[in-house]
Order: sequence, then C-alpha cells, then structure tokens
Amino acid sequence: MAFITYNGVGIRALSACVPSKIMYNHDLDYLISQDEIDKTINSIGISEKRFAEAGVCASDLCFEAAKQLLKDNDVDLSTIDMLLFLSQTPDYKIPATSPILQERLGLPKTTACLDLSLGCSGYVYALSTAYAYVSMLGINRVLLLVGETFSKITSLYDKVNAPLYGDAGTATLVEKGDFTTSYFELMSDGSGKDSVMIPAGECRNPFSIENFRVEEQEDGNKRSGQQIYMNGMDVFNFALRVVPKSIKSVLERVDISLENLDYLIFHQANRFMTDFFVKKMKFDSRKVPYCLERFGNTSSASIPLTIVSELKGKLDTKTKVVLCGFGAGLSWGTSYIEFQNCNVSSLIEY
Amino acid sequence: MELQDFIEKFAEQFDETEVSELTAETKFKELDEWSSLIALSIIAMVDEEYDVTLKGNDINTSSTIEDLFNVVKSKA
Repeated sequence: MAFITYNGVGIRALSACVPSKIMYNHDLDYLISQDEIDKTINSIGISEKRFAEAGVCASDLCFEAAKQLLKDNDVDLSTIDMLLFLSQTPDYKIPATSPILQERLGLPKTTACLDLSLGCSGYVYALSTAYAYVSMLGINRVLLLVGETFSKITSLYDKVNAPLYGDAGTATLVEKGDFTTSYFELMSDGSGKDSVMIPAGECRNPFSIENFRVEEQEDGNKRSGQQIYMNGMDVFNFALRVVPKSIKSVLERVDISLENLDYLIFHQANRFMTDFFVKKMKFDSRKVPYCLERFGNTSSASIPLTIVSELKGKLDTKTKVVLCGFGAGLSWGTSYIEFQNCNVSSLIEY
Repeated sequence: MELQDFIEKFAEQFDETEVSELTAETKFKELDEWSSLIALSIIAMVDEEYDVTLKGNDINTSSTIEDLFNVVKSKA
C-alpha cells in the first residue's frame, strides 16, 4: 500500500500560467440549447475557460510559469538538480518534453529530467515524486512542471467534454528545508481504464484514417477516436466511492480532524461533484477554494492553479492543507501538507 | 424501502417534471428533461438516501423507474 511520509521537504514556491484566450460556455449554443447551457453552467460551475492558441503547448505554459517562478524567487539555475514534467499533452511522442524545457529554461546539463504521465490525479503523484527525489542524498531542489492543453484533444461537438476542459501550465519548486512532515496516499484501479480515455492514436490502436474522423459515437456525441471520451456517470461513481474515503484515511493517519484543516483543495473536476463530496463529508465549504468558474477543469494542473489563483498571500504562516486528485486510470491521490512561507507568484497570462 | 418514496426522491432531481407525471412504469430516459446531469443527481440522491453507489451501467440498463428501484434495492 502506497502511504508515504516525507520529512524536511516542502513546497517553497508556486506559479501558474493560463492562455489569454477566453472561451465562454454561453457560446456553446451551436451544440446545446441556451436553456440547457444555463443549467449546465449552474451545475458544473464553469462559465468560461482558457484555450491555448494553435502552436502553444502545455510545455509553453509551463515554461512561462517556470520563468516567473525562477525570477520571483531569484533562483540560481545551477541549484536546480532535477526537472519533472507531468502532462498527457506533451510536445512530441519522442523525445520527452522535460529535456526540451531544461534547455529552454537554461538549466545546466547536470539537471536530471523526467516526464511523467497521469490525468487528473497527476499533481498529487508528481508532487510525491518530487518529494521523493528531494528526500534523496544528492538532490536538493526539484522544479516540477505540470500542465495540460486539453483544448487540443477535446471535441467541440461533444456535449460532455466541450463545457469542461481548459488549459493551464504550472510550476512548483520543491526543496529540502525546515518543513513539517507531509503525507501522501496514492491509489489506482485499472479496471476502470475505459471510463476516461483517448482510445486511438497510440500503440494499442494506432493512428488510422478511421479513428481520425469525427463521427457520432455510441453515447451520441461527436468526436474522433483520438479525442477524449469520458463516461461521466462512471467517473462520478468512482469518485464517490474513493474520494471522501481517501481524505478520511489520510487525516486518520495524520491524526488531525477535518475541522482543523485550513483548506481542502480538490482537483477542479466540476462543481456538482466536489460540492457533493464537501456536503457528504460535512466540511466547511468556505475552506474549499475553486477556480473552475473561470478556468474550467485543467486536469492535472488544476490543484496548483487553484492555489495560485485563490490562495496567494494565504500560505505565509503555517497552513494545513489537503490536496486530492482523482481521474483517468483510474487513479487517485490525497496528500496532507503544511505550507509555510510558500511564495506564490501572481497568475500570468500568455 | 418503498417504491413510492423512491419515485418522490427521483422526481426531486428534476426542475420541470412533477412527481405526478412519474409512475413506476415511467421510462425515465425518454423524459424531455432527462440529461447526463440529471443522471448524476440520481446517483448522488441514491448515495445519500440509500447508501448505494450506482454505476453508469445500472442506469443505462434500467428502463423504468421501477427497474432502477430494483437495482438499488438489490444493492442496499
């Protein structure tokens, strides 16, 4: 069982970047009736989101976020021992994106670079990976870049997905220091692999003219085999079973009660779902920050984006936070972290 | 666990569909107001009221409200 604790490691700084182009859900009237759009916006809590321009990748948004973080914290580039990049919308199939970012950011060739791949649970997993490396002798600082451009893999003729996803890139500086213990629970259930999936375009179902074509699928939505599919009911069923349980399990291990938390930061899936969890757990909804109204579901980038857009200036004194990510895989992770003197940059647009 | 009680709770998930329009035999997916969001509300209601977690397939394979009631009952 993957329950991990780390001592003397923490988040020193955070930054995030969103594209400047705004996509309004009210403009989906070519796909959904206006009446239904209003209900949808009201339920999922997403009015608008950001879409990267053609040619702008997740790595570009992460690059901008990283540049800002390095500048705001006056980081000596030679002190970055490792760069981690997590995304499911990387630049190329080969090579990995992290070495490209190492070169672009001017990091030394002594920097270890590694790409990671997970969906909406990704930030918690990647953060744990960063903590693990920083816990080792020989690595003192990891620059973790987590970003997604789901706009590039979402059909705008799919009623389930078109209102949900937005793009963002984030940077997190993890380092050794005088930090309190952090706790991570990381879980998986591959039996649900079909619930959120791009079925074609990789090795299992290689690219073909057929799977490139946008067609009406079994669920009545139009998309190609190379665009994202989600079974909303199954994802809700999954999250309902695992999310509140995982949060409770972590808090029990930490030996802290839910009331004593300062913030509970969910992956910004959709408001209906996370509000339901908050109600089910009888948690104080004022301690649950949201940025999805403006930025939508940005997959793995949503937790750090929420921190940057909603909690800037609130993480200076000791702040007890739970982060919870869940999604494609199926995969989920919950972490308990105490922030202190975390320098959050202002949200930037690119 | 009563069928009429289930129908009432089922109806509460709709804005424009009245409980008087619903019976055990109602084919709920044919209702004008039925949508994937209502389906999520039904899953949430069943979780809250009956402590049963419905899967997408439970809803897809149920035709009438009574079918769904029987699924919930079998899992409760």
